[in-house]
Amino acid sequence: MNQKSICLYFQVHQPTRLRLYRFFDIGKDSHYYDDFANRTVIRRTVQDCYLPMNAILLDLLKTHKGKLKLAFSISGSTLELFERYAPEVIDSFKALADTGWVEFLCETYYHSLASVASQAEFKHQVLKQKDKIEQLFGVKPVTFRNTELIYSDSIGAAVYDMGFKTMLTEGAKQVLGWRSPNYVYSCASQPKLNLLMRNYSLSDDIAVRFSNTSWDVWPLTAEKYVEWLRGAEGEIVNLFMDYEAFGLLHPAGSGIFDFMRALPAWVLADGSMQFVTPAQAVKNLKCVGPVEVEDAISWSTVESDMSVYLGNELQQDAFNKLYDLTEKLSILNDPVLWADFGHLQESANFYDMSTQFFSDGAARKYVNQYETPYEAFINYMNILSDFIIRVNDAMAVRDER
Amino acid sequence: MKVLMFGWEFPPHIAGGLGTACEGIVKGLAYNGVETLFVMPSASGDEDQSATTILNASDVEVRNVSSTVEEFIDRTQYLYVDSNLVPYVDPEEYFSAIEEMKRNRTLQTTVGFGQKFKFSGKYGASLMEEVTRYAQVGGTIAMQYADRFDVIHAHDWLTYLAGIAAKELTGKPLVVHVHATSYDRGDEKHIDTRVLDIETRGMQAADRVVTVSDLTRNIVINRYHIDPAKVVTVHNAVDFSGRENLQVERGVKDKVVTFLGRITFQKGPEYFIEAAAKVLKRTEGVRFVMAGSGDMMNRAIRQVARLGISDRFHFTGFLRGADVQKMFALSDVYIMPSVSEPFGISPLEAMRTGVPSIISHQSGAAEVLKYAFKVDFWDVDAMADDIYALLQYPVLSEFAVKKGYDEVNALKWNNATAKLKKVYESLI
Repeated sequence: MNQKSICLYFQVHQPTRLRLYRFFDIGKDSHYYDDFANRTVIRRTVQDCYLPMNAILLDLLKTHKGKLKLAFSISGSTLELFERYAPEVIDSFKALADTGWVEFLCETYYHSLASVASQAEFKHQVLKQKDKIEQLFGVKPVTFRNTELIYSDSIGAAVYDMGFKTMLTEGAKQVLGWRSPNYVYSCASQPKLNLLMRNYSLSDDIAVRFSNTSWDVWPLTAEKYVEWLRGAEGEIVNLFMDYEAFGLLHPAGSGIFDFMRALPAWVLADGSMQFVTPAQAVKNLKCVGPVEVEDAISWSTVESDMSVYLGNELQQDAFNKLYDLTEKLSILNDPVLWADFGHLQESANFYDMSTQFFSDGAARKYVNQYETPYEAFINYMNILSDFIIRVNDAMAVRDER
Repeated sequence: MKVLMFGWEFPPHIAGGLGTACEGIVKGLAYNGVETLFVMPSASGDEDQSATTILNASDVEVRNVSSTVEEFIDRTQYLYVDSNLVPYVDPEEYFSAIEEMKRNRTLQTTVGFGQKFKFSGKYGASLMEEVTRYAQVGGTIAMQYADRFDVIHAHDWLTYLAGIAAKELTGKPLVVHVHATSYDRGDEKHIDTRVLDIETRGMQAADRVVTVSDLTRNIVINRYHIDPAKVVTVHNAVDFSGRENLQVERGVKDKVVTFLGRITFQKGPEYFIEAAAKVLKRTEGVRFVMAGSGDMMNRAIRQVARLGISDRFHFTGFLRGADVQKMFALSDVYIMPSVSEPFGISPLEAMRTGVPSIISHQSGAAEVLKYAFKVDFWDVDAMADDIYALLQYPVLSEFAVKKGYDEVNALKWNNATAKLKKVYESLI
């Protein structure tokens, strides 16, 4: 009997925070970022999570000599923040890449929602990210994960056209129905694209619930968890999670690092399981059939949909106003404007405008710098207004020539 | 002629327009040879006393209370309410007041006689209690200074009880000054009946009721059923002395149309947004700004987003001090679409800064401003037309700027208070 595959993938992303931008700044000051907050947050995250966790993983990879495999995706905009404020983190990720047992995935450079807005901008950011990963880690990514695992049939087809064979997404109930996420599926409109569906229950046991002392099975041990993995029916268990869970969401004192140190040995000792990277998984396993996904799904919110990003009229208007500029940006092809355009597309900007948290009081994914979604919207629109002026001015200059 | 005046605030520490108006009134009265003793709940000591003598109610010991006052206190006693429905609250202050109220639940102690009461002088959560205590202190002051004034003058409902107490204890005539009424503050279903009751008692007890506009005079007559013979309109004025017009470099090339004020039902923000959407459909190169905050702000933001104009419609949040001047200086058209505005000083400020103004017929200012553009608050088509015209036809806007500037400069407190002096004279 084949061994069950365990596919570990960690998402590394920190939004580039926008500064408090007043109406009075429009047309006068085009620096949009809160450099101090960005530096502070990056430094803290690096110290509490990225560096210690990378060290643990490097150690484990060396100990298990090829038996442990895993995958990372690091957004381009976060890599920029690392280069600026914490270059040592890039070296530690390089060390992981050099072992040869870590796959680096591709995504949108700015961790954006471009895939649901504009084909051209989506492609532009994917190719930019691909170059960045290749340049830093020396490997060409072959697997794609979209921002927040956003996926639909048409996005899948576009991703395949850009040269990817595999894509990661959420094992959303509304698309899988009775089916299990623990198999390899394919895209309904492009059968050659393989889909790996996140096992949200087992993923969130680590990523969300680990440090929750009122959880009835707390504390979670590697032994107990391996039991659950063994019990999961199917061929592959996809454990996809935010890397910040280790040391930030679950602080060191919760025992999360010890848990991760112990886990690989327990999994391997069991004998019925092996670690795989996403690229290997689709080589080893046969696709069992297509999944139809008409409306985009994601790993955010309980509903696994896009509502937390584009659910209210504020988000929709801001989003439409932003992507109305896509064509002008391509015509201008100006690196400075491209960069700001990219950062304005970061998904956190729209996440901050969500009114869902008003009603359910759910935990937010990022530390939100705004007291209300309305403040987030006002600030964002002020910045966007300035940006629109710059784009139109540049167009006017271009037309004169 | 000497007047004992009860106010709630006085520059420099003000939350609303009442303090500014009071300063204009005492200065104008001084010019007309009328002396004033100005009582306020919480003076800071840095008020300009060149035109008046300020008495700080927080410094007054309540003692020698006569039976009349005791009765009075019995009747009004302890109106402590933890109501969130406080009028005139600056939104920033509102939230901190709520917080403070939560923290200090147990701190509401009764002040015994022979003690001082520390007033906040703000429009916070214990407002009703402060209003009642202010009346006790007001009565005490009136007796102490009985030989030093001829007339009592009380500004807005906050001070009416103090005015009534002073009148009952000294027998001197009382003038109440209506700067706003409960009917301007919200729709009829949400009127605070305690405030309404104090307003009615003040107007009934008064020998003369002064209103800031004919619009308000009509409300006083028709809604409070006050005898028209004793209700007199004295329009507000504005003091621009020492005001330099700010030179501000513009960041945007577009024309700017501005709404500045509390974002509340009374101010008609939604009509402004509808008009903005209509203008934006027809023309480019214009931006709209809603400056201020208030309980309808979030609704306004959603309305803007729904209409799909948020790249051209901006919110600044609450502005203070120099930022208000800056906002006027950046504007090409000012708009005050109030549903009900007793007077409305902001279009005067705008016109003084050289900004043509569109105001609603439902404002007192419309009675004195010939050169402001006037529309009904609900008539968003007319509003859009006027905005468009002022943006498109430079001749029109130049005319409105020039005439408007001269017009507001002629609205002087010296003239308004001369009328007030006549009111006093008719009472002695």
